[in-house]
Amino acid sequence: MSRRFSPKVITANALLEGDVVYLTADDRWSRRPSEAELIEDEAHAELRLLQAQRQAHLVVGAYLADAKAGPNGPEPVHFREVFRARGPSNYRHGKQEAMDV
Amino acid sequence: MYSYSDFDEAFVRERAAQFRAQVARRIAGALTEDEFRPLRLMNGLYLQLHAYMLRVAIPYGTLNTRQMRQLAYIADTWDKGYGHFTTRQNIQFNWPKLPDVPDMIDALADVQMHAIQTSGNTIRNVTADHFAGAAADEIEDPRPVAELIRQWSTDHPEFQFLPRKFKIAVTGSPNDRAVTRAHDIGLRAQRDGRGRVGYEVIVGGGLGRTPMLGQVLRPFVAKADLLAYLEAIVATYNLMGRRDNKYKARIKITVFENGIEAFRDAVEERFAQIRPTFTGIDQTLLAGIEAAFAPPAFRDAPTEGYEAARARDGAFRAWTETNLTPHRQPGYAIVTISLKAHGTTPGDATSRQMRLIADLADDYGHGEIRISHEQNVILPHVRKADLHALYRALVPEGLGTANAGLLSDIIACPGMDYCALATARSIPVAQGIATHFRAAGLEHEIGRIRIKISGCINACGHHHVGHIGILGLDRAGVENYQITLGGDHTENAAIGEKIGPGFAYDEVVPAIDRLLRAYLELRLGPGETFIEAYRRLGPEPFRAALYPADAQADAA
Ligand code: SF4
Repeated sequence: MSRRFSPKVITANALLEGDVVYLTADDRWSRRPSEAELIEDEAHAELRLLQAQRQAHLVVGAYLADAKAGPNGPEPVHFREVFRARGPSNYRHGKQEAMDV
Repeated sequence: MYSYSDFDEAFVRERAAQFRAQVARRIAGALTEDEFRPLRLMNGLYLQLHAYMLRVAIPYGTLNTRQMRQLAYIADTWDKGYGHFTTRQNIQFNWPKLPDVPDMIDALADVQMHAIQTSGNTIRNVTADHFAGAAADEIEDPRPVAELIRQWSTDHPEFQFLPRKFKIAVTGSPNDRAVTRAHDIGLRAQRDGRGRVGYEVIVGGGLGRTPMLGQVLRPFVAKADLLAYLEAIVATYNLMGRRDNKYKARIKITVFENGIEAFRDAVEERFAQIRPTFTGIDQTLLAGIEAAFAPPAFRDAPTEGYEAARARDGAFRAWTETNLTPHRQPGYAIVTISLKAHGTTPGDATSRQMRLIADLADDYGHGEIRISHEQNVILPHVRKADLHALYRALVPEGLGTANAGLLSDIIACPGMDYCALATARSIPVAQGIATHFRAAGLEHEIGRIRIKISGCINACGHHHVGHIGILGLDRAGVENYQITLGGDHTENAAIGEKIGPGFAYDEVVPAIDRLLRAYLELRLGPGETFIEAYRRLGPEPFRAALYPADAQADAA
């Protein structure tokens, strides 16, 4: 086989609040990365991304981000995604304020 | 102070109403994001990492106290109780929600403010010397010219779709506090042989991916010719500038690729064509603006109380040594209110702090406030007799830090804590450096130095012109920081040099510590600043301090 597909989640920003959201397996947009659908198959990822991008009335800028399986669900891999999942480092604003992550 | 004309007022209200309708159409699904995005950007609304961000213009950094209180009100009502002042003399709100933005824009319009042309390929907010109208070294207050440029460039039909964004800075003093050589156009007041005031026109500067210092296009342009000359430059760029490659679209590349002579010839040709169409209305306008910028009624006041307070109160004395600048009026001083308390976010002010600053400006500062590109707040006109009372009111609110121009007076862009374009964080690096050197007790010994930090190659943190520049990058999925040395943001502008490989996030503070301890060893005495020592010695001894392992290997 060719190169291994690294697992992904689909993430975007909510249209109204602008905050970071993740697409779940049951087609909701969740504020929690741990609720995201962890996609391990490339063809499925492309399909899900197309479905996500059609939801322009709910979210902006959906894309695939690398993720890995953690004890409580998917976790971000790249540091940018870690910050998106947590909030800024200078104040406890964003997700860390709302959900104690 | 300058006040909007009816035309300005009607224009801003109309744009606010249009944007309200556009937001409603986006939320209702009638506009796609692709359709909406350019519309929101035209109104200063970005979508960042965690939220929307609204960027509000503060033309030439000048605010009145009513405007400052309104910014505080906006921060409390629709944001998280604070705002971030930027290197372009703008304020950014980091947490607005899309449905609230039209109300925010209306609230801004109530105090003659807006977010128009804070984004997009247009002429952006005109920046100016933050000590304008007060500095002892000033030839003339540059703000009337800046205001004339603002009126001319706002919604200018020819210049709404330039090849790329376009930034103009103006200074009225030979000491350049507006970083004019790092702008698309920089203007510097000059006197000609007959004592008339005009402007030196510098073109083609810019930081970012390809940093370049601007070059003199014309050493002296009379004020009556200035607007026509600027229009000729922007029109020439609009035609000659590249649109095929975003990274080669700024005027610095146009000037570089065509050569300054060819560019100058094209501008002069255009200028000759359009000058006759400027029939003097702009000069009538300018005269009216100049009258509106007349200095406040300065009052004479004895300064003995000030000297006595300095003698009595050591902390106050330390603050007067760093945070005051000579005023042209005897008995007055220019006050820099530091937004850089050690460990805080450079440029952030809470709504409480904004209100206090407004109250103090009313009580002691003729109601005038400035925002500096160094992310501090300036009270340009304070009587020396009032300085002690002012200082004592600032301290309890975290606004009395005596560090203007010192190591912890760091410029830092929002970086990856907020900015969607960032490749690494900058705020915590600034916080780490400031707190480290305060704990080490070295800040005053190190003396005057400028550290500037950007979270990506776009260089909003001006790292290229920092004595020490720090640029955050993403190296294979890890934050990595490139250090440059020897940059200068003043009239002696210089681009800093890369010194060696980058440092991991945790290594930055120790590296700066080694570097500055080496400076303390190497300098001729406390009178030789870091940048002076660097110019005398060159990069080698500083490189050795940054990379001790390499230095040892070379010696072995
Ligand atoms: S320098 Fe880069 S990270 Fe910093 S504010 Fe500008 S675009 Fe964002």
